[in-house]
Amino acid sequence: MTAISASAGAASITVPSGLAPDRTYPARRALEAVGIPLAALVIAFVAFSIFLLALGKSPSDFALLVWKGAFGSWFSVQNTLQRAAPLLLTALCVALPAQLGLVIIGGEGAVVLGGLAATVVALPLSGAPPVLVQIAMAIAGAAMGAVWIGIAGALRALRGVNETISSLLLAYIGLALFNHLVEGPLRDPASLNKPSTWGIGEANMMAALPGTELHPGLLVGAIACVLCWVLISRTSVGFAARVTGGNLRAAQLQGLKVARLVIAACALGGAFAGLAGMIEVAAVHGRANASLAAGYGYTGVLIAFLARHNPIAIMPMAVLLGGIGAAGGLLQRRMGLPDATVLLLEGFIFVAILASETLYGRILWFQPRERRA
Amino acid sequence: MTGGALTTVAIAMLGGSLRVSTPFLFVSLGECLTEKSGRINLGNEGALVLGAMVAYATSYQTASPWAGVLAGALAGALLGALHGTVCSLARVNDVAMGIAIMLAGSGLAFFFGKPYVQPSAPHLPTLPLGFWSDLPQVRSALDVSPLFFAGVLAAIALHWLFRTTRIGLRIRIVGDSEDAARALGLPIDRIRLVATAVGSGLAGVGGAFLSLVYPGSWNEGLSSGQGLMAVALVVFARWNPLVCIAAALLFGAAGALGPSLQTVGVTQGYYLFYAAPYVVTLAILVLTVAPGRSLRGMPGELSLGK
Repeated sequence: MTAISASAGAASITVPSGLAPDRTYPARRALEAVGIPLAALVIAFVAFSIFLLALGKSPSDFALLVWKGAFGSWFSVQNTLQRAAPLLLTALCVALPAQLGLVIIGGEGAVVLGGLAATVVALPLSGAPPVLVQIAMAIAGAAMGAVWIGIAGALRALRGVNETISSLLLAYIGLALFNHLVEGPLRDPASLNKPSTWGIGEANMMAALPGTELHPGLLVGAIACVLCWVLISRTSVGFAARVTGGNLRAAQLQGLKVARLVIAACALGGAFAGLAGMIEVAAVHGRANASLAAGYGYTGVLIAFLARHNPIAIMPMAVLLGGIGAAGGLLQRRMGLPDATVLLLEGFIFVAILASETLYGRILWFQPRERRA
Repeated sequence: MTGGALTTVAIAMLGGSLRVSTPFLFVSLGECLTEKSGRINLGNEGALVLGAMVAYATSYQTASPWAGVLAGALAGALLGALHGTVCSLARVNDVAMGIAIMLAGSGLAFFFGKPYVQPSAPHLPTLPLGFWSDLPQVRSALDVSPLFFAGVLAAIALHWLFRTTRIGLRIRIVGDSEDAARALGLPIDRIRLVATAVGSGLAGVGGAFLSLVYPGSWNEGLSSGQGLMAVALVVFARWNPLVCIAAALLFGAAGALGPSLQTVGVTQGYYLFYAAPYVVTLAILVLTVAPGRSLRGMPGELSLGK
């Protein structure tokens, strides 16, 4: 939807005869796309500062601690990036279907089931070379995620069921399945306090990137974002998706296979979310347990909207949200704020960003000259 | 299973569905009112959680659970007013905004609710409708909260509002056709704002039921998505408040299945039974929605079907 309105703007650059060409318009348009979300972020932080002041807490302490906890030291930077890695992938699970105008919010279900599928595949392969095991895990996780969100896409395309609600219901169902399997048939009897599956084995864990404690999931996520950007903005399939998102009837008149596009976009997004679950298992936890349901799927929704569903913009936004999450512990210890502070700040940001949608095309300075006249 | 066990399960499910259905009833009535005005509010989930927290905290502080219900409704209404205000700006997506409101509402509730996780607040009294029976199971099953009957009354009142009153007609016009509403000079945004705020207020009462009646305590895992499932429930009820009562009872029975089976010792697959309401909701959506035709009773301006 958003991508279409931008390209509609590009089409209107045609210069009316007798007027000097509006050379700075492309730069101003880019500034609009960056400036409005930034302004919304600033407003959200200002509003949250007022909220803190009303509670008698110091906003400057808060800002300082968020900075310290997120980027203040090499340790906190690594913590931030570690959290950002799955968020890159879960945000893609929202941003890809969004190109078609779909709102998918059930990525959490694909994350937990993808992680579980990856674990289940790794268990019988314990003797195989680690690379093969990891590839099998990645395929299993991605396939599971693709099926789960693909169901929501198929229900939308074939039955007209609202994808927002069905994906969320599927997330609840997926979580129930996950809990049932992890605490029942797949449970390692040795895991007493925290029910878990059997481990995938130390040898099969993904090694950290050289010189750091960062796991390769960050790299996978970044590559996935770039690939998705290419897919959306540089291929005919991506163009077809954006046309469908912009005007469904026009797409149908052009003979685009809308149903197939809807299912494919959802399945691909789900595959990325499933991959996020696989990486959490293969690089962090080593087994599937409740730690997988850490809300990455839901934070991904916020990041995708912050990035206005642009895969490149997802990268800085995931780092920002990962950083806010990483600072949560510090805020609790130093300022005595409850752990829900992070959630509340995210809520402030989300509301401000969505409200700022109303500004696009409204600020005249950003518009092409002939529309200003 | 023996006949005795079956009776036990049936009684437990009856009582359970009366309890579990009440929050569903209030949220779905609120969602129904909002959607009738042409707007969808996924933020009712946030209103439910915030309502639950505020109701519990107020009941604890004032020792009056009814003051808690009132405060919960007010908190929900304020959150709904925020949703309604932002959505009246041009080109703001009401579905996405609902998710943001859900996040903000839960965030507020968890932020301020931390100190109320431990202490126990006075509960709402219940009506002992099982007085005629000697069986303790029947007596406990028929300990019905007055809020359930309040919900039924609210459904009847909403039905009457939509059917026979000038206000109801205006809400329906705004929901069915913005063009018609504009031609009649109706204040579209204001009507939707009020419908959204009142709808979220009803969701707040549903939250108050969760924290003050059943399960009857405040914690962060209190809601299990009732506010979101209400959207599906309203589709199932075809935007008819009276059908909402039946739909809520059905969802309540699905939710009571797992705990009822536990009373006779069936503990296997606890989590699968827990998923029953979601499966039922999804199945209902798949069966009742069909492509290419709009649903009977669906407000024309609703973004749900577009």
